[in-house]
Amino acid sequence: MDAFVSSYVWPAVIMIGQSLLLLVALLLFIAYILLADRKIWAAVQLRRGPNVVGPWGLFQSFADLLKFVFKEPVIPATANKAIFLLAPLVSVTLALATWAVIPLNENWVIANINVGILYVFAISSLEVYGIIMGGWASNSKYPFLGALRSAAQMVSYEVSIGFVIVTVLLTVGSLNLTDIVNAQRDGLGTMIGLPGSFLDWNWLALFPMFVIFFISALAETNRPPFDLPEAESELVAGFMVEYGSTPYMMFMLGEYAAICLMCALTTILFLGGWLPPVDVWFLNWVPGIVWFALKACLVFFMFAMVKAFVPRYRYDQLMRLGWKVFLPLSLAMVVIVAFVLKLTGWGA
Amino acid sequence: MTELLGSYIPIAIFIGIALVIGIALLIAPFAVAYKAPDSEKLSAYECGFNAFDDARMKFDIRFYLVSILFIIFDLEVAFLFPWAVSFHQLGWFGFWSMMAFLFVLTIGFIYEWKKGALEWN
Repeated sequence: MDAFVSSYVWPAVIMIGQSLLLLVALLLFIAYILLADRKIWAAVQLRRGPNVVGPWGLFQSFADLLKFVFKEPVIPATANKAIFLLAPLVSVTLALATWAVIPLNENWVIANINVGILYVFAISSLEVYGIIMGGWASNSKYPFLGALRSAAQMVSYEVSIGFVIVTVLLTVGSLNLTDIVNAQRDGLGTMIGLPGSFLDWNWLALFPMFVIFFISALAETNRPPFDLPEAESELVAGFMVEYGSTPYMMFMLGEYAAICLMCALTTILFLGGWLPPVDVWFLNWVPGIVWFALKACLVFFMFAMVKAFVPRYRYDQLMRLGWKVFLPLSLAMVVIVAFVLKLTGWGA
Repeated sequence: MTELLGSYIPIAIFIGIALVIGIALLIAPFAVAYKAPDSEKLSAYECGFNAFDDARMKFDIRFYLVSILFIIFDLEVAFLFPWAVSFHQLGWFGFWSMMAFLFVLTIGFIYEWKKGALEWN
């Protein structure tokens, strides 16, 4: 009995505790990312943004949550009810599921599997199902068109994200996300004799891929300027038109969880994860999670600024950018990076 | 085997807890919110008039074409993953094999570009 408890029950309790801790921290982080998004957007337009609920509007997201819970849930009479309600659940569960393999610090990860990046790639491919199901089950014209557009957009940019990941794998030689971060301790900076610093991270060595990854991440998560699935002027609110109350909120939650994931992934692949910007003792003393969060917030700040600055794309421009610019460019970069690595023997 | 299970069970638990949170959010308004449905409120949204016909209508073939092209290139990426991971052990033969594969795929890509499969007008 004691052996059973010590070998099965305690590990299970610890796993559940860790999962709960990460999920609660993640949901809190998303609540404040949402507020930051609105505040930054407001500041660019010289508005104040949310500032009524709590000091500087800090409790705005929680007030929104309460409001959504007390809204009347409406399921259209012609909708396929089961799929209609399943869609937001699929969306939010898949968006959160990816976080199980994201390392927030050395050994701070729920499951340190050896195919981490493949798992992330696979689960984020599945996210399109939530949108397709929601748009189809609504049985209404705007959601249907919005879902089609959204699906086509997401799969188009996923291809270039895949090629970008392949170039990072070429330099690192491992699918494990912790290994990918640790491989960035050495790079261009240490090669010319400098001590370890931010010059070693992949963003400098693979700069074109960093740019392609960032823009593709915007398109993949349906962020402005690529928010065509929910272009208000033509499709009202895209695949979410028929949704209200918490099912609507769950789509938004899934979207922001995916955005945070893209920020974390950019941090891990290109910005050295939890490594400090310069390898000196007082920066090493700061916990890695702080560096990780700072870098992820920096990437999100860029997401928010792009939303505030850039006008929306037209749909044909969007597809041209994805298929005719990013796809050939990233494919060519895979070949170039492979050639350079092979000829110079770097990273072997 | 147990090691393999040991690294994937936390993922199953994590997804399970995420699912519970999702279900709790989904049923919360059905439990607590005020409900007063009527036939107008439950009809599909269509800019102020009744829907002409069924919403599951024909749609542009290009969406289908994009998804087919996506499958080709996503499979290609899936082939590239193991090659990229074992890149430094492969030697020149493995290198040129993949280059030949990418070359064939690029010819296909140029063909579909010239055919106009990537045009949106």
